[in-house]
This record gives sequence, C-alpha cells and structure tokens, in this order.
Amino acid sequence: MFGTALILFRETLEAALFVGILAAATRDLPQRWRLIGMGVGIGTAGSGLMALASGHISQLADGLGADLLNAIILCVAFIMLAWHCISSAQHGREMSSEARQIGHAVAQREQARSAVVIAIALTVLREGAEAVLFILGYVSGHNASPQAVLLGGGAGLAAGIATGVAMYLGLSRIPGKHLFSVTNKLILLFAAALAAQLARTLTQAGWLQTLSEPLWDTSGPLPMTSPLGVLLHALVGYDARPSGMELLFYVGGLLLIVAGTRLSRPRTSNAPKSPSHSPQLR
Amino acid sequence: MPSLFTAPLRLVMLAGVALLCASGVPAIAADAEATLTLKNHRFTPEELKVPAHIRIKLTLVNEDTTPEEFESHALNREKVVPGKSKATLYIGPLQPGKYPFFGEYNEATAHGVVIAE
Repeated sequence: MFGTALILFRETLEAALFVGILAAATRDLPQRWRLIGMGVGIGTAGSGLMALASGHISQLADGLGADLLNAIILCVAFIMLAWHCISSAQHGREMSSEARQIGHAVAQREQARSAVVIAIALTVLREGAEAVLFILGYVSGHNASPQAVLLGGGAGLAAGIATGVAMYLGLSRIPGKHLFSVTNKLILLFAAALAAQLARTLTQAGWLQTLSEPLWDTSGPLPMTSPLGVLLHALVGYDARPSGMELLFYVGGLLLIVAGTRLSRPRTSNAPKSPSHSPQLR
Repeated sequence: MPSLFTAPLRLVMLAGVALLCASGVPAIAADAEATLTLKNHRFTPEELKVPAHIRIKLTLVNEDTTPEEFESHALNREKVVPGKSKATLYIGPLQPGKYPFFGEYNEATAHGVVIAE
C-alpha cells in the first residue's frame, strides 16, 4: 500500500506543483478557478481515455506511438507556456500604459486564458495517464484488495495535491508587484524542463541521435530518488545525468521564450512610468 | 507594432521545424539490438549484455497482463509498456559499465542490469 501511495505521489507532484504555480500566476484573470478547474477536468478525463487506449497507442509507429504522442504533448505544452509568458509581459506593459481599454489587449487576454487551460490539461494528462494505467494494472494484476489500493492511491494523490496547494499558498504571500516576476520565472523554468524532456523523448525514440551521452553525473550528491531530487525534477527539470541534447533544448527553450518576450513588447515611445509593475522576465 | 499572432505563430513554426528535422534524421545502420522480456513481473535476462560505444535498439516485451514502466536512472530512460504488448526504445552509446534498471510498478521483483562491454 505504501508503494502505491509513493508512485501516485510521484505521478501527481509535477502536475500539482504546476497547477499551484499557474493558479498564483493568473491572479489577474477573471474566473481563474473556473479555467483551472476546466484544465484539470479535461486533463483527468483525457488521462482515463489515454490509459484505456494505451495498448493501441503503444503499437503505433513501430512501437514508438507513446513517445510520438508524448513529444506532441510536450511541444504543445511548451508553446502554451511560452505564449503565457509573452502575453503576460505584454499585458503588464499595456496595463501600465493604460492601454487595457483597447479591445486588442482584451482579446489577447482571452487567448491567454485558453493557453492556461490547455497547458494545465496537457500537464495533468501527461502524468495522469500513467497514474491511471498503474492503478488499473495494480487492481487487475495483484491480489491486493481494492480498498488497499484506493487507500494507498488516495493518500499519494492527496499528498501530491497538498504539495501543490502549499506551493500556491507560498506564492500567494508574495506581494503583488513581485508575484508575477516570480511566477513568470518559475513558468519559464518549467517550460525549459518540458523542452529538455522533449529532447529525452526524441532520443529515447531514436529520432535524435547526436549528443546522447551524459554530460555530467550528480547522482552521487543529489540522486533523482532523494526528496530534493524529486522536487527539483518536478519543478525545474533537474536531471542527474543530462545528455548534451537535453541541455541544448533546455537552454534553447529558455532563450526562445526570453527572446519572444523581449521582441513582443510594444515599441512605443511612452514607456510605462512604473516598470516595476510589469510582470516581465529579467 | 507587432500583431496579435506573430509571436505564438513563430513559436509554433519553430517547434514544428525542429520536430520535422528531428524526425527526418535517418537511423544509423550499425545499431545493436537487444530484447528484454517481462513475465510474472520479472525481467529476462536480468543481466543484459550489450556492446559499449554504440546505440542499442531495445525491445521490451511485456508478457504479463498488467502494464509496467521500464525505468533506469543510470540510462536516463523511462517507458511504459502496456500489458501483453511490445515497446521499443533506444539506449546508449554507453561507456563500459553497469546500468541498473527496474520496473517502477513492481520494483520488488522487476529489476536487472544492463552490462555494457
């Protein structure tokens, strides 16, 4: 039962932390809880479907179907997060230059809302499908009583969600003008971690084959299985033995979003008087 | 003034191009092949010998009815294999040495080691 709890906790942690961060990051969006609920709901429903279809999915593309699907999910999630970072930087600029009345800015925020829903749904889907698959397998393959599985799984799930809530509450204590700069940096690192994971998925599937050897090994001082290793892996994509390609994608992902944020800023002469209010990346 | 769609669209296109480039790379002919079979939540062979310094195409055959997640921190790989099915993944090129792996869903019995030499 403890094993079940631990696995469910690990599968939930990343999604829960991410939802916690996005909940804090979207404090200025009207109806954010509905958006977040929608993202989690869609992701959970999708997890069930994906778990049920896993047998078919894995047979596609010569046994690489799951990796292909994973790569697509990672790509789309990365784009949504990049979009969120870019649009919230613009939004801050427009807010402070009193341009928010313009329909333009409002329409853009509308789009940013769908980016939030999609990013959450995909993150929940990615982790959730594995959790559902595990539970289904556990119930059918072991002589464990359903109650024990339910109890263990429930405890793991609850612990994961509690960590996400703690993340949200912690971030919520940050005063308004600093909050967005912190959440944007966290989302930026999370997006870079998705990019690194994409590199690993493509290498694992054999579609990328250069720079596949590990650059360094920090599994001695900070193993992936230690609590801090697990937390850092979920939050910023810590990897004890990253390949060159993973590092390249990580840094490339960071640069792409930072450049996008810079480029998309309106080049108007009447710069905001209080730049500290704009949630931009530094 | 930048338009509404340019930045996200540019990102989509860049990601698309990156993925296309990545998927277009042809596999080297010199990959070695190896197979791991899972039955009753145990891997066979538990010691899998593979050549060092070249890439290995590893086929995972799950003969159990339950899914398993092949995981190895040393190899930096994780892959779910549904019950009664097969999956493929690439590992290496590896330096000579031992690389432990395990089945995350049944860690007590499902474990083994890749030996590169």
